[in-house]
Amino acid sequence: MMKNLVYINGNSHLNKAAFEVVTYAKKLGGDITVLASGNMESSLLSSLGNYGAKEVIINRGITGNDDQQIAAWIASKAPDANNIIFSHDFQGKAIAPRLSVRLKAGLIAGAVSLPEADGSVKVNVFSGKAFGFVKTHSTQRIISLLPNSIAPEETGTHCGVTEINEEVGANKVRVISVKKPEGAIPLPEAELVVSAGRGLKGPEHWGMIESLANSLGAATACSRPVADIGWRPHHEHVGQTGVAIRPNLYIAIGISGAIQHLAGVNGSKVIVVINTDSEAPFFKAADYGVVGDAFEVIPKLTEAIHKFKAAQ
Amino acid sequence: MKILVCISKAPDTTSKIAFTNNNSTFDENGVQYIVNPYDEWYALVRALEIKETSGADVTIITVGRAEDEAIMRKALAIGADEAIRIDADPVDAYMVASEISNYAKNQGFDLVLTGKETINFNGSQIGGMIAEGLNLPYVSIASKLDVNGSTLTLEREIIGGVEEVEVGLPAVVSCAKGMAEQRIPNMRGIMAARTKPLHVLPPTVTETLTSYVSFASPQAKSSVKLIDPNNMDELVSLLHSEAKVI
Ligand SMILES: Cc1cc2nc3c(=O)[nH]c(=O)nc-3n(C[C@H](O)[C@H](O)[C@H](O)COP(=O)(O)OP(=O)(O)OC[C@H]3O[C@@H](n4cnc5c(N)ncnc54)[C@H](O)[C@@H]3O)c2cc1C
Ligand SMILES: Nc1ncnc2c1ncn2[C@@H]1O[C@H](COP(=O)(O)O)[C@@H](O)[C@H]1O
Repeated sequence: MMKNLVYINGNSHLNKAAFEVVTYAKKLGGDITVLASGNMESSLLSSLGNYGAKEVIINRGITGNDDQQIAAWIASKAPDANNIIFSHDFQGKAIAPRLSVRLKAGLIAGAVSLPEADGSVKVNVFSGKAFGFVKTHSTQRIISLLPNSIAPEETGTHCGVTEINEEVGANKVRVISVKKPEGAIPLPEAELVVSAGRGLKGPEHWGMIESLANSLGAATACSRPVADIGWRPHHEHVGQTGVAIRPNLYIAIGISGAIQHLAGVNGSKVIVVINTDSEAPFFKAADYGVVGDAFEVIPKLTEAIHKFKAAQ
Repeated sequence: MKILVCISKAPDTTSKIAFTNNNSTFDENGVQYIVNPYDEWYALVRALEIKETSGADVTIITVGRAEDEAIMRKALAIGADEAIRIDADPVDAYMVASEISNYAKNQGFDLVLTGKETINFNGSQIGGMIAEGLNLPYVSIASKLDVNGSTLTLEREIIGGVEEVEVGLPAVVSCAKGMAEQRIPNMRGIMAARTKPLHVLPPTVTETLTSYVSFASPQAKSSVKLIDPNNMDELVSLLHSEAKVI
């Protein structure tokens, strides 16, 4: 029987990425044990059984995000695991490589689908401009899954949760503070994103972008020059050198669609482009396009969404 | 203070991405290589800022072939003091990271910096692998880094917020946007880079754990559906009933 281990962050809320990694492990076949560290309530964790977990073990002894401690703990549980699955987030990008060296197990970083018939796994390469198929040569395999690559599937019922309290080495990465942005939806997790570029002409026009985003329940993003001139905060910058996102819907307003911008958003399921210039390169990557002036189109679109929501 | 900055080459961001040999190899025909932007703009420049404010030796390291020395000279021109090239093809992340940690083991580096990821393979693997190889703490994807004596203060984005953390030296950090601003090398730097030491060392690692079987290009989108700017109700209805995203 195959044995799969899944790690999830037990300090945040139980996010969609957690359901995705458990669903992914379920589809690989075999038993699934979820390992978590942090202070999340056991009653929440037991819902991972619905996605296929056989059991959850939460370690209360590891309180921070020190990947050295977490990797050491996972390694102690891993001797007979065939697959170890992470989300390709800030933690998966730290713990999975460590574990790869520790266990001498090949790491497939940024997987976007289940293994092919030949055992290779598809990953995003060249910032989404191509795919690669990666194989591991080791007996154990580690996979970090790019968020929004697989739809979570509920198949079972709640599972048992075991709480343990094991300190593994010293916590060397001490957390001083955590700043949570007020009310805003974190960009990497957002399913809907409204993004604007230099076509908006100045920071004073972002009220219109925020109203549109609010009407949809979307997060806001921007192109690089907009963050560089200081019209918008740096964490909103998407693209090759900013955040890479793969929401279900990406609405790009007044953004030309330079290749470096596309590199961060080309994994989006559906792209809507609004631009005055019908020759803007972004239209080639778009599913729906509106050739028009943002200052006229956006209020109309926002109104249409309010109307649609009210009728629902 | 001794800082090691890991530098990778990457295809120029406007390069055409194509594959040859039955889609098994990246087609380098006409491709210009640059220093991977995260390594240059953030990791290297932050290391140089630390050197300027509190004094440090900045060494760069690349696992690569002789032709990669062009991008290494650029890093020297921006201000690094010396360069190490491990003479091997960078075939997988485990092998590259093991080469770097083998080299760094007995050199007394206080800080090892990498970029957040390479823009060609986007793995974000090598920093964590080096940290494990050297048995050091690691902070992934930091957007701010300050040195206070023997302690680092860093910021990084976590799920749903920004975390400020503190970690003692020595440590490994991967660097992302926010940490520093891009610098253009000046003529003096370019001249000086020609005579800075660039040491070539033989490889020590043969083992790999992964390999690319093949590559594929994404399917071209079917052509865009244009909507009348005066009919946003239609767009909303298509997003709902056709695209099923709202
Ligand atoms: C190494 C490197 C890395 C880079 N990384 C990134 C990155 O990560 N992310 C990124 O975004 N960029 C990145 N860039 C920059 C990128 O090449 C482009 O310069 C940038 O994306 C352009 O931003 P923009 O589309 O907002 O502005 P512009 O190119 O100025 O485009 C503005 C657009 O707005 C349209 N417009 C004007 N007025 C209106 C109106 N009233 N209504 C509607 N539309 C209007 C125009 O037709 C135009 O298409 C990078 C560049 C380099 C060299
Ligand atoms: N061949 C290489 N030589 C030296 N450093 C590298 C090499 N490849 C990657 N790196 C470093 O590791 C970081 C992460 O790379 P990756 O894990 O491939 O995304 C890069 O930003 C570089 O700092």
